[in-house]
Parts: sequence; structure tokens; C-alpha cells
Amino acid sequence: MPIESGSARPSENEVVRLDNVKRHYVVGDEVVRALDGVSFCIRKGSYWAIMGPSGSGKSTMLNILGCLDRPSSGAYWLNGENVAEMDDDQLSDHRLKNLGFVFQSFHLISQLTVCENIEVPMMYLGVPPQERRERAEMLAERVGMSHRLRHLPMELSGGQRQRVAVARALANDPAVLLADEPTGNLDSATSVQIMQLFQELYEQGKTIILVTHEPDIARFAKSNIVLKDGKLLSCQE
Amino acid sequence: MHKSILYFWPFVKLGLTDVWRHKTRSFLTMLGMVFGVGSVISMLAVGEGASMQALESIKRLGSENIMVMSVKPTSEDGGSSSSERGKLAVYGLLYADEQRIKETVPGVALTVPARMTRRMARVGERQYEMRVVETEPNWFSVVNRPILAGRVISENDLRMRSNVCVLTEHGVRRLLAAEGIVGQRIRIASGIFEVIGIVKNEDGGTVRSPDSEADVYIPLTTGTKMFGEANIRYSAGGMEGEKVELSQIIVRMKSVNVVEAGSKAIESVISRFHKKKDFKIDVPLTLLREAERTKRTYNVVLGAIAGISLLVGGIGIMNIMLASVTERTKEIGIRRAIGARRSLIVLQFLINTCVLSIGGGLIGLLLGVLIPVLITVFTDMPTVVQPYSLTLAFGISVGIGIVFGLYPAMSAAKLDPIEALRHE
Repeated sequence: MPIESGSARPSENEVVRLDNVKRHYVVGDEVVRALDGVSFCIRKGSYWAIMGPSGSGKSTMLNILGCLDRPSSGAYWLNGENVAEMDDDQLSDHRLKNLGFVFQSFHLISQLTVCENIEVPMMYLGVPPQERRERAEMLAERVGMSHRLRHLPMELSGGQRQRVAVARALANDPAVLLADEPTGNLDSATSVQIMQLFQELYEQGKTIILVTHEPDIARFAKSNIVLKDGKLLSCQE
Repeated sequence: MHKSILYFWPFVKLGLTDVWRHKTRSFLTMLGMVFGVGSVISMLAVGEGASMQALESIKRLGSENIMVMSVKPTSEDGGSSSSERGKLAVYGLLYADEQRIKETVPGVALTVPARMTRRMARVGERQYEMRVVETEPNWFSVVNRPILAGRVISENDLRMRSNVCVLTEHGVRRLLAAEGIVGQRIRIASGIFEVIGIVKNEDGGTVRSPDSEADVYIPLTTGTKMFGEANIRYSAGGMEGEKVELSQIIVRMKSVNVVEAGSKAIESVISRFHKKKDFKIDVPLTLLREAERTKRTYNVVLGAIAGISLLVGGIGIMNIMLASVTERTKEIGIRRAIGARRSLIVLQFLINTCVLSIGGGLIGLLLGVLIPVLITVFTDMPTVVQPYSLTLAFGISVGIGIVFGLYPAMSAAKLDPIEALRHE
């Protein structure tokens, strides 16, 4: 939902709120304005797609939303806290507790089994081993991967890997599920299955942000934002 | 505490599985530590063994003893020289010196005078030049010589000026005799002596000792009666003679603490009555101190040389870990993106390094205990593995794991997660 710049703290049910966010890079003598004053907010339990052609600032937006990067100026409220003012450790903690990442190329740790991969975020949170194991099995069940718990990622198909990645993203029950071109490396049939999985999660009340340049995929989302040249081109609910 | 162990355990397990996953590589990397730790411990054990041997032989001289010996003064001091050939050189310690030491130096327990000359000894057809030690019964209590057969010289022998003698083990061997020689008579120069006993020689013999040779002991009084105090030797170009009342006085002090003061007092007492410097004083305690200092230097040098191999081992580990960080850049990126703090990445790599260095250290510890045993078995060199060397070597290996692990771990943690994720 578009908001007026300069408004106060986010309300209760706003999980994400960007207030005039700018991200500038200095390349040589030139200043690249990857994001140039973007403001919007996302309510709890909504399903958004962020779209835009390459060079529109999509990746930068993803990095900032994912707490991997900080805005040069402006405020980014995630789950009630302003990320723009955080140090590296606090950003890490935010990624751990409030965000679940799903990447285009899955990014599973190749040496670990399916079950261990799902356990990684819980390990960093200090969840006891027994509880970790049980929850990982439960999540695998939820994404339909409980029959492959002891397999290594390379033994799985692309679609299966992405299911595991979704399970891992859900491990610490994050406020936002952030997916970066989740179907970019999958064939269309598998893509549909993955998108159905997201649909189920949305129906179960998850907040989902989907970053994609494919309109077919973006159509699964209920609302969408279109970026162009680092600015908000449109924002539809 | 309990919770933190629970928290760290997954990282230790992670480190162990990482090491296990690259078995060959880990093993080869560990070898550096294995040999480093092993060589530090064995080097220290060899050094410790060698110095232990030296120290023991000095201790056998008795650290409470002070040895005062006659020495021929050099010509600059106005003593005898080749220009005075044919004259009788008179020098050395006197009976009066012994008396003075006994009376004036505080803390003296007892003094033992001795005169040493070289004379021909003969048993039947066999003859051999032996060192004749003319001394008193106390000699055997001051210089530790276990009796092998018979008895040693008694006060009675001294009083009666009996013609009796005690041989050392070596002396017996030189005369080609056996234990049965006790009770027989042998000829020493012009006198006939009854052999009353055999004593053991000092073993080892790395340090100067009063009687490490083929010796024959006779009562001092008998020696004076039979041979006199002048010892004249005929050689080409004339005769050479010297008159020495006592070649040696062994002074035993009441305790180790007064030895150094005692040696100074003896020095001043004797020099007052000797114009020429015709004596010298040896203090085994000083030798002991010197030997201990040498031992320390020895250990430091040996340890340092072996330490270099530990260092090389450490560098090997660092090298592998740096390669591993590059290789695992993407994994680091994934872990960071998921929410691992930098410190946890540091922890992960540090534990990985420590598993390598501690594992290597433990195997090295076994090697370090085993090698000295083998050295002793095959070369007869004494070795002593001190507990401190085990702790030291192991401690260093853990330290090296941390020090050399820190740099790769930090460089892993410093990676930008966005960049790291893009890495293929």
C-alpha cells in the first residue's frame, strides 16, 4: 500500500514499512541511484509481488528488504523495528528471526542433508537438538519432502530442492517470507507446484513477498509493486 | 554454563564433520602438528635425559663437598720450571692446611686428606701403573664408593700403618685379577700390600671425579712410611722430583647452605700461608649450578628448534583453512543470509582449525611419549619425558590452532553476504 513519506511509526498490522528509502552507490565519479525514494507498506498476511525490468532496482530492493543491505537514507521498519539504524549483528538477528529467504538457485548447503539444512537456522537460534529435529521433520512434511530427509541436495530435483529451501525459510517462523525468483531455475510444471506451495502458505496466514520479473508468476500474488529506475511506478492491492 | 555447552556443541560437531569429510586433506594437515608436538616432546626428553645424567654424576661427588687440590705453580709465579730441572719442587697443600681448615672454617663436618702418586703395581707377572691414593678411612664415607668385596681401610690400619690396600673394580681388571684377589698380596713399588677389599668405580664418568681411574687405596700413614713425601721420577736429561705433602683435601661441610661461604673461607685461610698459588678449589655445588644453567639453555634451544616445526605445522593449517574459506565462500554467504552472525562464522572456522590442531596435538603427544622410549631402547641414551613438556606441547598446539585459525576465520566472517552468495 502506498504511503505518504514522513509518516510516523508503522501501525500494529504493518510488517514492512519503507519510508522514502534511497540506496545510492558511488561507482567511479558517478552516483548510481539504485533506489531513489521508495515508500510503501505491507500488511501482515498479505501476498505481494515486486516486479520490474532488470536495472529497475529490484535486486537492491530485495537486499534491503532481506536485511542484507541498509538504505543510504530513509527508514525501513521490519516487524516494528527500524532496520536502517542497525549494526551488522542486529541485522543478522533480524534475518534469523524475522525473515525467511527463498532463492532462485535454492542455496542449500551441499554438504548437509535435507534435514540438517532445515535445522541450520534453528541451530543459530540455539534450539535444542531434539526440538530442532522434530520441527525439521514437521516442516519437511509440510512441504512434502519428509521422504527425502536423509538425502543430500544434489540427489534431489530442482523442485524438490526449492521445497527444502522453503522449509528452511519457515524454520524460525519468520514474519516475512522473501522469495527471489523462486521459479527462475524450474520448468513450468514444477514452477506451478512451487507457486501452489506459496499459495498454501499464504492461506495459512504467512506474509509473502515475491520478487520476480515474470508476470505469469507475479499473477499468483494478490498485490503488486512495480519498480522502474529506482522509483515506485505502481502499487496495486 | 550448561546452556552454552548445548549452544556450542553443534559447532563442534560441525567442525568434526568438516574434518571428517576431507579425511585425506585433514590427515595431511594434521601431520604437521603431529610431528611438531612429537618432536618438541622428544627433544625436551632427550635434553632432560642428558642433563639428568650430568647432574647425577655431579651429585655423586657430593654437593656438600669442597675439593681443595694441589697444583704445580706456573713459572711466572716463581715455582719450578724446566730451568730448574734437577731440583726438588716443593709445593702444594700441607697437613697444617688441613688442620687450619678444620679449626678455623665454620661449618666443616670433616676433612679427608689424600696424596696421589702413580706407582707400579704387580701381581705375579702382571704389572700396571696405577694411581695410588694414600688417604684416611673417611675417604670412603665422603666419596660414595659401594664395597664389592672385603672391607675398606679402617682407623686401625691407619694407626698401625698396616700394609693393606683397597682396589677399585677397574684396578682389579687392569691387574687381570678377579674377586679372589681379596686376601692376596700385591706389590706396589717397593712394598708388599695385602688386598683387603674392592670398591665399585663411578659409572659414567662425564665429570671429573676424585677416583674414576684404576686406583689403589692405602692408608696415608703407610704411604708416608713407605714412600715418603717426595716423588722422584727419572727421565731423559736428569731427574725430576717434587715434594707434595697432600695432593687433595676433601672438605665436607655440614650443609649445602654453607658450602659457598665455606669455599671462600678455605680460600683465604690457605692463601694466607701459601705465597704461590699452588692450590685450587673445586666446588661440585658450583658445577651443579653451572650444569643446571647449561641444562636450561640446552632445553630452550632444543625446544625452540622443535618449536619451529610446530610453527610450520601451524602455517600448514592456516594455508589449508584459507583455501577452505575460498572454497566455501558460497556456504558462508548462505549461512550469513540465513542469519548467522559474523562471530558464529568465526566460531565455526576456529573450531574447525582447533579440531585439526588439537587432533594433531593428541596424536603428536602419543608420538612424543613413544619416540623417547625408542631412543632409549635403541641408542641407550637416557630420556626423561617431563609432564610439563606434555602440557607445554599440547598447550602450544591449541594456541597455534587459535592463532593460525583466527586469520582465515576472520577473513571468512568479513565476506559480504551479497557478494558471497553470488560466488560460484
